[in-house]
Amino acid sequence: MTSISALPPGLILVIGGMILPLVNASVRHFLLLLLPLIVLWMIWQVPDGVVLQTSFLDYQLTPLKGDSLSRLFATIFAIMAFAGGLFAVRIAKPSELMAAYLYAGSAVGVAMAGDLITVFVFWEIMAVGSTMVVWSGGTPAARAAGMRYVMIHLLGGVVLMIGLAGHISETGSVAFVAMEPDAWPRWLILAGFLINAGAPPLSAWIPDAYVESSPSGMVFLSAFTTKTAVYVLLRGFPGAEILIFIGLYMIFYGIVYALLENDMRRILAYSIVNQVGFMVTGIGIGTMMSLNGAAAHAFTHIIYKALLLMSAGSVLHMTGKRKCTDLGGLFRTMPLTMVCGTIGALAISSFPLTSGFISKSMINQSAADEGFLIVWFLLAAASAGVFLHAGIKFPWFVFFQKDSGLRPPDPPWTMRTAMILLAALCIGLGVWPDPLYAILPNPVDYVPYTGPHVVAQLQLLLFSGLAFFVLLPAMKRTLTISLDWDWFYRSLGQTVVRRVVTWVEHSATLLKEDTKAQLKEFVDAVIRHHGPQGAMARTWPTGATVLWAAILLGAFLIASFYP
Amino acid sequence: MTDSRQPPPSAAKPATPKTETNWPSETQPHWLVRPTTIRGLWLIFIIILAGTVAAQFYVHVHSEFGIEGTLGFNAWYGFGACVALIVVAKILGVLIKRTDTYYGN
Repeated sequence: MTSISALPPGLILVIGGMILPLVNASVRHFLLLLLPLIVLWMIWQVPDGVVLQTSFLDYQLTPLKGDSLSRLFATIFAIMAFAGGLFAVRIAKPSELMAAYLYAGSAVGVAMAGDLITVFVFWEIMAVGSTMVVWSGGTPAARAAGMRYVMIHLLGGVVLMIGLAGHISETGSVAFVAMEPDAWPRWLILAGFLINAGAPPLSAWIPDAYVESSPSGMVFLSAFTTKTAVYVLLRGFPGAEILIFIGLYMIFYGIVYALLENDMRRILAYSIVNQVGFMVTGIGIGTMMSLNGAAAHAFTHIIYKALLLMSAGSVLHMTGKRKCTDLGGLFRTMPLTMVCGTIGALAISSFPLTSGFISKSMINQSAADEGFLIVWFLLAAASAGVFLHAGIKFPWFVFFQKDSGLRPPDPPWTMRTAMILLAALCIGLGVWPDPLYAILPNPVDYVPYTGPHVVAQLQLLLFSGLAFFVLLPAMKRTLTISLDWDWFYRSLGQTVVRRVVTWVEHSATLLKEDTKAQLKEFVDAVIRHHGPQGAMARTWPTGATVLWAAILLGAFLIASFYP
Repeated sequence: MTDSRQPPPSAAKPATPKTETNWPSETQPHWLVRPTTIRGLWLIFIIILAGTVAAQFYVHVHSEFGIEGTLGFNAWYGFGACVALIVVAKILGVLIKRTDTYYGN
């Protein structure tokens, strides 16, 4: 059916999402699970090449264009919408579900778009949807964080729009193809993409806003904005060298801040920045294997990060607690959550037999193949660091550590099923990576399971684990947060603005008083001189007038004697 | 209030010897957190650690830069990297940590 393949699949989720609050509960639950599956099927009906074209103003838009990279990302977005919907179905408000599906659908829309204008439109719809998901957290903190979030994303949208306008007017084409950051329009487009990826200095919105959302909300939030940014970077700027440095910064920023953090979901949020940093570095390296690695890593990361956040969300939902200082010992009563969380933790650490092992390793390998010595050593150190901050720290402090006295049961069956589904995918892809390798954008000649690779990885990870337990006394959790780049606009910026406002108000008052005083003086002077008693206006006696007339005439007479 | 759940005094109660059971109760610690279990886990862990280094004798690590092919490289590099990261985090923490009500939450 050529007609069905000509409909952008993302629109099904967007429109379907908007219907969700209007129907009753059982229809809503049915739609929630059916829509992503329909979208998944539709994605695979889209043939390669341009499928849909419309014209807008002077430009030919291609809202739907198929190729392997688009299909890869759209597929994982649809799978994620299904899993997230299943997780959220019992615990989320209908408005949150609508926002989430709007968000997921527009992410699919970006992934399958062929031109920059369509990308931008769906990009902005994503910002709206994700802000609504953040606000669905319901607390005053969520509202405040949502305001900061929407400000950052609107700023990013403006930067992107300016860059796009410059680029389109310069090249005359709206096609979404690989670009070099060689002139200001493309720098701005890159900046706009990087803001959504969580690159510094505007990265604090991830640990700020995501953490204030609901248990099911963060599962959705983690998947789409940052990975859509990875997709557009993959397509738009492969091989841009600056991305290697930005990626390395993001990697270590994520690890170090996660090591300091007390809130379990904020640990995972910093971990998102860390993992996206690996993808950005892979894009920067730019070889076929590193781009494959970045794409594969994005695919597997969405799955295991969602799994980790589902286990954290389950703990949050069942205990109401989010700080590591309040948690511990939950393995006793939440065994399934603990097992699923541990599988996610092993996957993010690239433990052999998990999906992380078969994907992220390609990025490290491509750095070695290109001879990037320092980059390879940094990536290896970072892989150890990932196990440290996410692979062990998160499950340890939440499920083991000490006995917090909490004895919550495992969450409801919908949430358990979603976790089991994603855990099965993590292990399944780890054991049998070929289905994933088949849909990567470039041909794959990477073999993950070689003796040396497995042994090297096990050495790296297990000795990192040793370091964790040996240094455990130094890892004590404290009731603190860590200041980030957002200090500049949350603290410093606010102080500056407050000072400026006070100064302006003070000056305005002074100005008012001054003006009033001056005006009064002027009026007084006028009255003095021209008022009823004033010299210029009071009535003079007749004799004085006669005298002055005589003096003037006399002066005239004398003056007339001189020619 | 008399405890009606007490068995009648005439019933012969067999002496229940206090033995270690594996069932968690509020007075007995879970088997996973008992000191003997922890010691056992550490022992197994160290054996596995030694095993991963020993395994390097049987597999040939292809090394691009020379040093990563040496015996146990990933072991000490991973350990060292983690120690370094924790130290850096602690130092940075002195500068940037604030109480979690800093922004007024």
